[in-house]
Amino acid sequence: MKLILGILFFLCLCSCSSEREEQYKPIPVTIELPTTFQSLLPPPVIPQENPLTQEGITLGRKLFFDPILSRDNTLACADCHSPQNAFSDSKRFSDGLDEEKGIRNSMPLMNLAWNISNRFNWDGSAVTLEEQIFEPVTNPIEMDHTWEAVENELNADDEYPQLFEQAFAINRIDSTAVSKAIAQFIRTLVSGDSRFDQYLREEVELTPQELSGLEIFMNEEKGDCFHCHGNPNNPLWTDNQFHNNGLDEAFDDLGLGGITGDPSQFGLFKSPSLRNLAYTAPYMHDGRFETLEEVIDHYSEGLQFSETIDPLMKSIAQGGVQLTPQQKEDLKAFLLSLTDEGFVSNPSYQNPN
Amino acid sequence: MKKIIVLLVVSMTLWSCDNDDDKTSNKGVGITFSESWDKSPVTFTDLNATVFTNENGDNLQLDGLRYLISNMVLTNNETGQSYQSGAGFFLRDISETTRTSPSLGFTVPPGTYKLSFIYGFSEEDNIDGEYENLNIVSWNWPEMLGGGYHFLQMDGSYNVNIEPSPFNFHNGTARVSDGVFEQNFVPFSFDDIEIGENSAMITINMDIAEWFKNPHTWNLNELDTQLMPNYTAQKMMQDNAQSVFSVSVE
Repeated sequence: MKLILGILFFLCLCSCSSEREEQYKPIPVTIELPTTFQSLLPPPVIPQENPLTQEGITLGRKLFFDPILSRDNTLACADCHSPQNAFSDSKRFSDGLDEEKGIRNSMPLMNLAWNISNRFNWDGSAVTLEEQIFEPVTNPIEMDHTWEAVENELNADDEYPQLFEQAFAINRIDSTAVSKAIAQFIRTLVSGDSRFDQYLREEVELTPQELSGLEIFMNEEKGDCFHCHGNPNNPLWTDNQFHNNGLDEAFDDLGLGGITGDPSQFGLFKSPSLRNLAYTAPYMHDGRFETLEEVIDHYSEGLQFSETIDPLMKSIAQGGVQLTPQQKEDLKAFLLSLTDEGFVSNPSYQNPN
Repeated sequence: MKKIIVLLVVSMTLWSCDNDDDKTSNKGVGITFSESWDKSPVTFTDLNATVFTNENGDNLQLDGLRYLISNMVLTNNETGQSYQSGAGFFLRDISETTRTSPSLGFTVPPGTYKLSFIYGFSEEDNIDGEYENLNIVSWNWPEMLGGGYHFLQMDGSYNVNIEPSPFNFHNGTARVSDGVFEQNFVPFSFDDIEIGENSAMITINMDIAEWFKNPHTWNLNELDTQLMPNYTAQKMMQDNAQSVFSVSVE
């Protein structure tokens, strides 16, 4: 009888022990929302199959800053998406491996958990953030690696296997888990504390010049910027849609149309957020404009007609919306009020390695 | 014995529930949206592809069309009972294949109904920044023009066969003068909506051609862009809106 009891007790211990292992669950995390986002926007979109967890975000952050994803271990995501540039690149075209360069400027990464259009990149080529993360690793002009090699290196690493096990309860690291972790980190990159946000929260006053700039931004007879770039009630400052904003008469880069094959979408690119423009130069999908003055000049006098130009570029016949020098300065002052200094210096967004 | 009693009670409860369901016999009624140019259907495949000719003889192509419908109510002719749609509003975007939403539906007993809805928002509902799902798609109407939300955005090009020019046919609150605004929504009501013994789908159709036709013949060469702050254009849109919607039931 004692023997039977002893066996039962042993079995019970084994069972408890394995249950304890199986029951390990990463700690769920909720994105801390800026006040204006809470009152004006729907909740962030977090995919059911990749919920935010403390372990997942920590791992994603480590991977984001780790050159282990590149072929020769020299290039990390953060090299082209640097925190001090609002997760963009100050170079017109980022340096890939072997000094290879692309044809587009690195997109800033912020508030992507509210991208309800579900199209990422300048040309909308990825339909989820997780999918977006797959491409740069194997792109010959970016990290030029293979996922098989990345997986092998990560599995052979001293730290990563345990971190992946804690985040995703897996014994073997794969590309899906890598993309999930980095996507989790990117979803936490929230910018919502610019001077303009503080103005909306009635904490600060805008200058008369900034207010004048806002009026120009919102006036259909002046700048008419709001149809594509948000407004005080859309604090993302983008519509997350694709437009041909009159940059060229002919296209070297087809943008969205190159992905969909639809000629009516040739030359359409995603509207970027106007937040943190102080950090995201150069501007446009190909980084052709080095300064905000050049950008404003483009919309004021520099529009080029092409068949797919957006009808919202309504002043095409006049070459643009014809702002006065004072209006241009005011508009720039307003745009810079969307600068969120705390975003680029946020300790949670810096290199942990 | 106890088991038998429990089984009997459970069976009777289930039977009783079934009978209740039969008695109520409420039917699901959905709402879906469609668009046409006169009698020809218009879909997203017509965007930037099909050339339409408006009442004024202007050739035009559509680049996008979005519009807002709110406060959909079915009212039973016999009982006077009103049934509110599950959704307070619906933003239709012709570029999307989604023509309906489960939350738009009603559950009503069979009978004859009146369907009423508002094109845009009523003055009471048109609250600046109130609706997060409209804010995130930048559907807002500038505060300097009265705030709230767009009712319609129809963008495209006209004189497409000669020298294409853009038009932005946008509608919302009308600005009379600085700080003085006038509502611009349009209430609609359609009688004799028959809901039978089966589920039904009500289609709300927008005849796009009517925006340019009735009662004002719209000349795009004169009224093409910067229409939002143009009081006269805004009120002409409100007038022309009266005949753009029709309703059918299947």
